[in-house]
Amino acid sequence: MNTEKLGFFKSGTPWVWLNAGAVSISMIMVVGLLILIAVRGLGHFWPKTIWEIDYLEGDNQIVLLGERSKTETVPAKQLVASGLHLGFEEEFVERTLLKIGNRDMNGVDFKLIVKPAEMEVRKPVDAIVFERTQWGNFYGFLQSLSENGDTLDIKSGALWDELQSRLKRVDDLRDEIHEIEKYEIGKINYKIEKLRLKQRRIELSGISDPDAVSDIKSQRKILDDEYEILKGELGKLYSAIARDQALMTIQDGREKQVKLADIIKATKPNAMGLGTKLGHYFVNLKNFVTDDPREANTEGGIFPAIFGTVMMVLLMSVIVTPFGVIAAIYLREYAKQGFVTRLVRISVNNLAGVPSIVYGVFGLGFFVYFLGGNIDQLFYPEALPSPTFGSGGLMWASLTLALLTVPVVIVATEEGLSRIPSSVREGSLALGATKAETLWRTVLPMASPAMMTGLILAVARAAGEVAPLMLVGAVKLAPSLPLDLNAPFLHLERKFMHLGFHIYDVGFQSPNVEAARPLVYATALILVVVIILLNLSAIYIRNHLREKYRTMEH
Amino acid sequence: MTIDTPVSDQVFHGKELKKIEDEEICMQCKDFSLFYGAKQALFDITMNIPSSRVTAFIGPSGCGKSTLLRCMNRMNDLVDGVTLKGEMLLRGEDVYGRSVNVTDLRRRVGMVFQKPNPFPKSIFENVAYGLRLQGVSNKREIEDRVEWSLKRAALWDEVGGRLQENAFELSGGQQQRLVIARAIAIQPEVLLLDEPASALDPISTLKIEELIFELKSQYTVVIVTHNMQQAARVSDYTAFLYLGELIEFDATDKLFTNPKEKKTEDYITGRYG
Ligand SMILES: Nc1ncnc2c1ncn2[C@@H]1O[C@H](COP(=O)(O)OP(=O)(O)O)[C@@H](O)[C@H]1O
Ligand SMILES: [Mg+2]
Repeated sequence: MNTEKLGFFKSGTPWVWLNAGAVSISMIMVVGLLILIAVRGLGHFWPKTIWEIDYLEGDNQIVLLGERSKTETVPAKQLVASGLHLGFEEEFVERTLLKIGNRDMNGVDFKLIVKPAEMEVRKPVDAIVFERTQWGNFYGFLQSLSENGDTLDIKSGALWDELQSRLKRVDDLRDEIHEIEKYEIGKINYKIEKLRLKQRRIELSGISDPDAVSDIKSQRKILDDEYEILKGELGKLYSAIARDQALMTIQDGREKQVKLADIIKATKPNAMGLGTKLGHYFVNLKNFVTDDPREANTEGGIFPAIFGTVMMVLLMSVIVTPFGVIAAIYLREYAKQGFVTRLVRISVNNLAGVPSIVYGVFGLGFFVYFLGGNIDQLFYPEALPSPTFGSGGLMWASLTLALLTVPVVIVATEEGLSRIPSSVREGSLALGATKAETLWRTVLPMASPAMMTGLILAVARAAGEVAPLMLVGAVKLAPSLPLDLNAPFLHLERKFMHLGFHIYDVGFQSPNVEAARPLVYATALILVVVIILLNLSAIYIRNHLREKYRTMEH
Repeated sequence: MTIDTPVSDQVFHGKELKKIEDEEICMQCKDFSLFYGAKQALFDITMNIPSSRVTAFIGPSGCGKSTLLRCMNRMNDLVDGVTLKGEMLLRGEDVYGRSVNVTDLRRRVGMVFQKPNPFPKSIFENVAYGLRLQGVSNKREIEDRVEWSLKRAALWDEVGGRLQENAFELSGGQQQRLVIARAIAIQPEVLLLDEPASALDPISTLKIEELIFELKSQYTVVIVTHNMQQAARVSDYTAFLYLGELIEFDATDKLFTNPKEKKTEDYITGRYG
C-alpha cells in the first residue's frame, strides 16, 4: 500500500495534474475577464425595453418610465437601517435601478426603487427614447410636431414617420454644420494662427519689414473675409436646423417641447422586432467606434481615443526599434564582454521593472519641461508664453513610452543576435566583408524576427500604460487629432486622447458615473481589441520574416 | 553517373608533376607557430604551397589542420587570445603585415567551410554577395558573373532556372557547391576548403571532388580532409600534420606509396584513429 502511494508520487502524475490545474485556472481567469468585459460592454448597445412602472409611495401615485439598468436583492434590514420605511414584512426585497433619463426635467437620470407590495409594470409600445446632444436620454410619448412654432396637422398614425423624415433632414444639416465648423473654419483658424505667429516673429526679430507686415495684413484680410462668409452660411444652417420641434409628454404627464436639432436618434424599442433591434445594435456599435465623444465623454463615441492610442503606439514603435536594436548591437557585437558590459546588461534588465509612473515623472521633467521648454525658447519664441513643445504631447508621450519599453527590445534583439550561427558570419567575412557589412547584410536581417518579438512585447506593454501618459500628454478631450489635413499633417506637439486614460476618466472622473459605467466596459473591450490587433499585425510581420530568414537548424 | 566507379587516378594525376622544389610558390609558412592562450596548437611549421595545384592537409582530428588553414586568410583574427609566431606569406608578402587590409586578403584567399553555410537569401543573391561587397552594381555584370560561377561550380544545370529560390531549398551537396560558387565568384587566387565534403553523401562528395580537380587550373587549392582516399584522389601534394607539427610534405603519390616518416606510414596504414 505504502509503496504504491510512493509510486504514484514518483511517477510525476501529481505534478502533471498540478501544472494542468494551474494552466486551466489561468485560462479560466483570462477568458472570464474577457467575457465579463464583452458582455457588460457590448450589452450597452442593445436597444433596451422601456418600462412603465406604476406604484404607490406613501399616498402618492408614482409613474416612472425608463430602462431597467440593474436589479438586485438586498436584505430588508439594511434598508430599514438606512432609514427607509417599508410597508411590508419580508427578509429580502428586490431593488431596481431604473434609468429614467430626462435629466433636464427630473434632475437625475437614475432612480432606485424598492419593489413595493403592489406595482404595475407595463411595456408601452409607443414609448419613445431620444438620444440627445445634451441632457442625456429622453423618454416619453410623442404628441405633435411643429414647424417654426406652428403645430402641424398630421394624423397621429403618420406622426412617427414624419418625425423620422424630419430627423433625417436635421441630420444632414448637422453634418453640414460639422463640416464647416470642424474643417473649414478649423483650417482658417489654423492659418490665422500661423499668420499671427509669423507677425510676432517679425516683431521679435526687431527688424522692421513693412512689406512682410502688409503682406500678412492682406492675407489676414482674405482669411477674415472667408471666415465672414462661412459664418453667414453657418447662421443660415443654424436657423434651418432649429425649425422643427416635437411636443412630448413625459412619465408624469408634463409636456416638453424638444428641439429636433437636439435629437441624434429617436427609437421605439418596445415596437421593434428582433431583426430591427439587431440592426440598431450594429449601428450603435459602429457609431461608438467612429464618433466623437459628447457630454464630457459620457455619451457618443471614442474615435479620437482609438486614434490617439494607435498613433502613440506606432510612433513609439518607430522610436523604440532603432534605439533598442542599436543598443543591442553595440552590447552584443562591439562592446568588450566584461564586467562593465555585464553591469549595463543587468541595469537594462532591471529598467524594465521600474514602475511606469517613474518614467512619467522623468518624461515630464526631462522631455516636457527641459527639452520642450528649450525647444520653445529656440524655435517657437513667437508662440510664448503659450507652450508648443513645452507641455505634454504626442511626441513626448511616445518618447516616454519608448524609454519604458526599450529594455524589452534590447533583450530580445540581443537574444536574437546570439542565436545567429557563427558559420554564417564566417561565411560573410570569408568573402571579404567587414564586420559592419556582415552585420548589415546578413546578421541583422536574420535577427529581424527577434527584433519583432521585442517590438511585440513593447507594444503590448506600451498600449496598456496609462499612468505615465497622464503626465506627458494624454488628455480628457483633445480639440483636434494629431494627424489632419493641415500641413505639416502630423502634429507631434498636440495633446491626444488615449483609451486607457479614457477608461479612467469616464469611469472615475465623470459627472455621471452610473450612466457611463457601460461605456467603461465597452472602452476596455475596444482597448483590448486594439492591443490584440496591433499585436497580431506585428506577429504577422514576424512570421513572415521568420519564413524568409529561417536558418537551417541542423 | 555511378558511385562505385572510383574516379581514376589517371584522370586526376595525368599531368606530369614537377618536383616540389621547382614549383612556383603561392603561399609560404616559415616557422609558423600558433597559441590558443597558453596552449600551443601549431609548432614551427615551414612549408611552401605551390601555385595552381591542389594541396591536401591530412592528419588525425585535433592536429591543427583547420587552425593552419584559417591562418592563411586570417579567420583566426576572430578568436580571442590567439598569438602567432613566425611568418605566413602570400606571394612573398606577409599576410599578417601591418599594411595588409584583412578584407582584401580574404578576397584573394577565399574559404569554404565544413558545413554548407549559405546565407538566407536567394541562390542568385548568395553568389552575388561578394560582388556587391566589392561595389559591383552593373546588373549585367553581376548576372554574367553569377552564371559563370555557377557553371564553374557545376551547379548551373541544376539551379539555372530557379535562381530566385531560397538557397535553403537546395540539398546539402548543392548548397556546398553553391558556397564554392560564391567563393569563386570574386575570383580569389587561393581557395581554402576545410573538409568540404565531410557532411555530404557519396554522390555529392564525388561531384565536389571533380569540381576541385576542375578548379586547380585557375586557383591554388588547399583542402583539409581526414579522409585519406579523398586526399589521394584529389590532391597533387599532401601535408601530414600530427599534434600541431608538420611531419611530412611531399607529392601525394610519394607520400602515400613511399612515406619517409614512420608516423606518416602508421597513419596512412590506419594505425591511428
Ligand atoms: N578557438 C579555439 N580555442 C582554443 N583551442 C582551440 C580553438 N580551436 C581549436 N583549438 C584547439 O586546437 C587544436 C587544433 O584544432 P583544429 O585545428 O580544429 O584541429 P583539426 O581541424 O585538425 O581537427 C585542438 O586541440 C583544438 O582543441
Ligand atoms: Mg577541423
